[in-house]
Amino acid sequence: MSTWQRLWDNSAVKFGVIVLGLLIVLAAVAPWLGTVDPAAMDSANINTALGTHGSFALLDGSSIAHTFWFGADSFGRDIYSRVIYGTRVSLLIGITTAVVAIGIGAVLGMLAGYFRLVDGLLMRFMDGLMAIPAILLAIALVAALGAQLWTVVVAIAVPEIPRVTRLVRSLVLTLREEPFVEAAKALATPTPVILLRHILPNALAPLIVQGTFVAASAVLTEAVLSFLGLGLPADVPTWGNIMAEGRVQFSQYPSNVLFPALFLVPTVLAINLLGDGLRDVLDPKFAKR
Amino acid sequence: MLRFLLRRLLAVLPVLLVVAVVVFLILRLTPGDPAAVIAGNNSTNEDIDRIREQLGLTKPLLAQFGIWLGNVLRGDLGYSYYLSKPVTALIAQRIEPTLSLALGTIILAVGLAVPLGTLAAWRMGGWLDRLLSAFSVAGFSIPVFVTAYVLIYVFAIQLQWLPVQGYQTLFGAGSRGLAAWAYHLVLPWITLAMIYVALIARVTRAAVSEALTEDFIRTARAKGLTEGAVLLRHALANAAVPIATVVGIGVALLIGGVVVTETVYAIPGLGSLTVDAVLNRDFPVIQGVVLLFSVAYVFINLLVDLSYLVLDPRIRY
Amino acid sequence: MKRRSSLVAAALLTACLSLPLLAPAQTPPAKVLRMVPHANLTVLDPIWTTAYITRNHAYMVYDTLFATDSKGKVQPQMVDKWSISKDGKVWTFTLRDGLEFHDGKQVTSEDVIASLKRWASRDTMGGILAKFITQYEAVDAKTFRLVLNEPCGIVLDALGKPSSNVPFIMPARIAATPGTEQIKEVIGSGPFIFKADEFKPGDKAVYVKNTKYKPRSEKPDGMAGGHVVNVDRVEWLFIRDPQTQFNAIKAGEVDMIEQAAFEQVSSLKVTEGVQIVDLSGAGLQFFMRFNHLYPPFDNVKIRQAAMVALGQEAFLKTQVGVPGLYRYCKSIFPCGTPYASDNSSYFTGMANPQKAAQMLKEAGYNGTPVVMLRPTDLASIAKLPLVAKQQLEAAGFKVDLQQMDWASVVARRAKKDAPDKGGWNLFFSAWASADIASPLTMAMLNAQGDKGWFGWQNEPRFEELKAKFARASSDGEKKKLAEQMQILAMDTATHAPLGQYNQPSAVRKNITGLLENGGLVPLMWNVRKD
Repeated sequence: MSTWQRLWDNSAVKFGVIVLGLLIVLAAVAPWLGTVDPAAMDSANINTALGTHGSFALLDGSSIAHTFWFGADSFGRDIYSRVIYGTRVSLLIGITTAVVAIGIGAVLGMLAGYFRLVDGLLMRFMDGLMAIPAILLAIALVAALGAQLWTVVVAIAVPEIPRVTRLVRSLVLTLREEPFVEAAKALATPTPVILLRHILPNALAPLIVQGTFVAASAVLTEAVLSFLGLGLPADVPTWGNIMAEGRVQFSQYPSNVLFPALFLVPTVLAINLLGDGLRDVLDPKFAKR
Repeated sequence: MLRFLLRRLLAVLPVLLVVAVVVFLILRLTPGDPAAVIAGNNSTNEDIDRIREQLGLTKPLLAQFGIWLGNVLRGDLGYSYYLSKPVTALIAQRIEPTLSLALGTIILAVGLAVPLGTLAAWRMGGWLDRLLSAFSVAGFSIPVFVTAYVLIYVFAIQLQWLPVQGYQTLFGAGSRGLAAWAYHLVLPWITLAMIYVALIARVTRAAVSEALTEDFIRTARAKGLTEGAVLLRHALANAAVPIATVVGIGVALLIGGVVVTETVYAIPGLGSLTVDAVLNRDFPVIQGVVLLFSVAYVFINLLVDLSYLVLDPRIRY
Repeated sequence: MKRRSSLVAAALLTACLSLPLLAPAQTPPAKVLRMVPHANLTVLDPIWTTAYITRNHAYMVYDTLFATDSKGKVQPQMVDKWSISKDGKVWTFTLRDGLEFHDGKQVTSEDVIASLKRWASRDTMGGILAKFITQYEAVDAKTFRLVLNEPCGIVLDALGKPSSNVPFIMPARIAATPGTEQIKEVIGSGPFIFKADEFKPGDKAVYVKNTKYKPRSEKPDGMAGGHVVNVDRVEWLFIRDPQTQFNAIKAGEVDMIEQAAFEQVSSLKVTEGVQIVDLSGAGLQFFMRFNHLYPPFDNVKIRQAAMVALGQEAFLKTQVGVPGLYRYCKSIFPCGTPYASDNSSYFTGMANPQKAAQMLKEAGYNGTPVVMLRPTDLASIAKLPLVAKQQLEAAGFKVDLQQMDWASVVARRAKKDAPDKGGWNLFFSAWASADIASPLTMAMLNAQGDKGWFGWQNEPRFEELKAKFARASSDGEKKKLAEQMQILAMDTATHAPLGQYNQPSAVRKNITGLLENGGLVPLMWNVRKD
């Protein structure tokens, strides 16, 4: 059977795809799910209990009837709206970080594997980066670049790049000796074409698997950075920020932390399972089990 | 083997240099002025300029790096801007909590995960195997602080079996003994261990189950060895190398968990020291601690590689 | 064979590890008071820095010549009696008996004079006082004199100054350290002794009762009166996470949280064994500061328009939120302090966006965006900029909100560059009322241009009025001058007061004897733990 069929047969992949698909749909239709502006504060609704059917004062002075499914936080913001809209930002961070890390890592890995000159220096530099604890590097980068979406993405992606580089590099090193590459070289194919048309397709599967793990790690790391107060500005709705804000009153209103966690954990779980499943199917070493 | 060690140690130096340069540059390019933080609210530009000069921050970047590097090679990690103490003294003061947390977690995690993973591999497809698989993936999908808050809520606040926060020193002035030390670390250990049990159990299960498909297992069973001996002396022994590898990798990930755990449980270790230092732009502390962590990471990798010699007699350096 | 030796080894190891458990029993349990302070104690020199945490630490281990009581009156503390010459130019002070430093040496006039000189080199009010002094004289070990070049009305105010920098008395050899360097030893003559060997920055600070301290006989009142210590040991535990603080006080692991987070107040009130106590007297004041160097706020009419657009109610409700803990006050001197006055020119503290819009148009505002700094990690003031943005935009301002951590904020507010090139137009902060109760200590009235406080207003009339104030002999005269300065401050729009609030503490119910004072200092004498 074809790869696609085998993928769909794998229960882990199925679970991952379904959950992520649901989340993407949720993120897309957020405005129509009974939500209000996630950044709007209504001081009359500070710490409203969950499940309350009340009213929310909009910025232009009018007020609308609104149900606070998950209650309101200490700024008077609706947590349900923030969690739903938070899906957008958290997914965005996960996917963007993975793409950036994989993209840069793949390019660097191919360069290192193919050009011996670049290899020595680059891998020493990558070793150095790997030796710095990832969370501390991320914290330092956010402090250096400021707290915006692109800087958080960069801060989380940079510590992941060395591992991807190593992976691609080792793949390139083995693939380089393959006969079809030798043949291409004999035909005087320009190097970039060799890299793109012959080497990259063979590295794609492990790269995608690694990408999912990077995405899962990114969503978690964003939560940790927000928890430490070093992530995106507090008014941007990300699950990490909602939990960070709710942690001040965890014993009194545990739901403020638990609801975003209820979204975060399955998301990371789904991405991890997807990666597991993809690896089981796409990586021949595991296929025999 | 001596040559191997020497080669490895020499390879370490450029790595550490890269670390030093990267951290130094990131910090110096960070907005935020340690002098302004120290000067406080009731100050003027004069005060800030004077403090900046006292801290040596007005010298050119290369000079600052050179001075710092020279001091490091002499064992002097500098003076914390913010805490007015030598960085080495701060590290010495706060290393015990972090080590207690880290080592305890690793011992607990390995102690739980290896047996569980082995048993799961032995009875593949059984209830233990399925439970462990589920737990494993869940284990590293939950943020550390969520686990921490839930554990505190259940065991410290509702059941009141364990303390909410704090650290009791084991050695030195103010120590209240082994029992107090361990009592305050139970919840932090469990919090962190969850991730490692998940990771190590997975790898153990995979490695042991792979070893169990080998021919020598059939031979061992045919010889009449008990299942226990088969598992321990043959399957696990052959799985030891990948397990050791993942433990080594796990240590690097441990730092991230330590930082959060120390914050939630108010443990005065290196993790919380570093977070505060970043918020206050305390460059010498950040540089010193990150360098220390990197040295530890490299050293642990070396230890793991050396452990292969013990775990797999076929390996020779 | 192998197994037995490993058993022996295991047994030995267990024995060694259990030794600490077998340590001899301690003496009867000491009374230990455990508090969570509002910040980390890092600097130990209360003259080198004005940080409140260092000041609070200093109140534990040092003593002062005079002290301010809860009503704002200056009372003698280390001084026994004093007299002023007929021409008002010679002040003679005699110290009490039995004043001793923690190293056993007596407190002498030499120590006092050296400490005052060091304090004056750093403190604004001290510096003003020092300009009046022609000579410090040590008459004998217990008597000293201040010889002035003209009569001065603020001698006692200065010597009894409650908040940063406080003229604490140190041994002469330590006070010889220049004010621009930090002292290396903590030796005072106060009711507690600092245990430097148990001090762990970021973890805990420890103080023990000074059994040799001789308190005054009067009842304690604010910082004044007798400092009688009823506990044996005080531990400051630096717990940053508010949730951990809450859990700790609930479990009885700490006795007091110096500043309870406003969000926690309602829950703390109903927690068993815990109560909310408000000792902050006149409390604190939020404010917004203009950068007077660059457009649009280099134009006084535009600054005034901004002042009119702001309304204190929204700030207080959002940032504080707990009813009873905040109040509206349009005076720049906090309401409840001696110089507060209702005469605030056009400023009402109540938002009037329409009038502000009109004033803005008349002033010729051309839409220059206003760069507003917001600290993301300082929960105590992080909500203010969001409210201000909304109110200013309602009046027609364009606001460019820049969000960063506090370290970046303090770095950026010190920059004199143009706002769009790394500078700023607006920042926010809060002061304890004791620090801004007097025109001589209010940082915002330091309008000496480039050498002034951040914002760099250039208004020489303030210095003239301050000089007159320092010479004023009667309270009535001082009040009038203070009012003039307030009107000038409003007319030139130095800064905008955004409301006054109190900062409650969370205390376990078995703790009594906490003292109210305007400096928000958690005084540990007189406190009882039952």
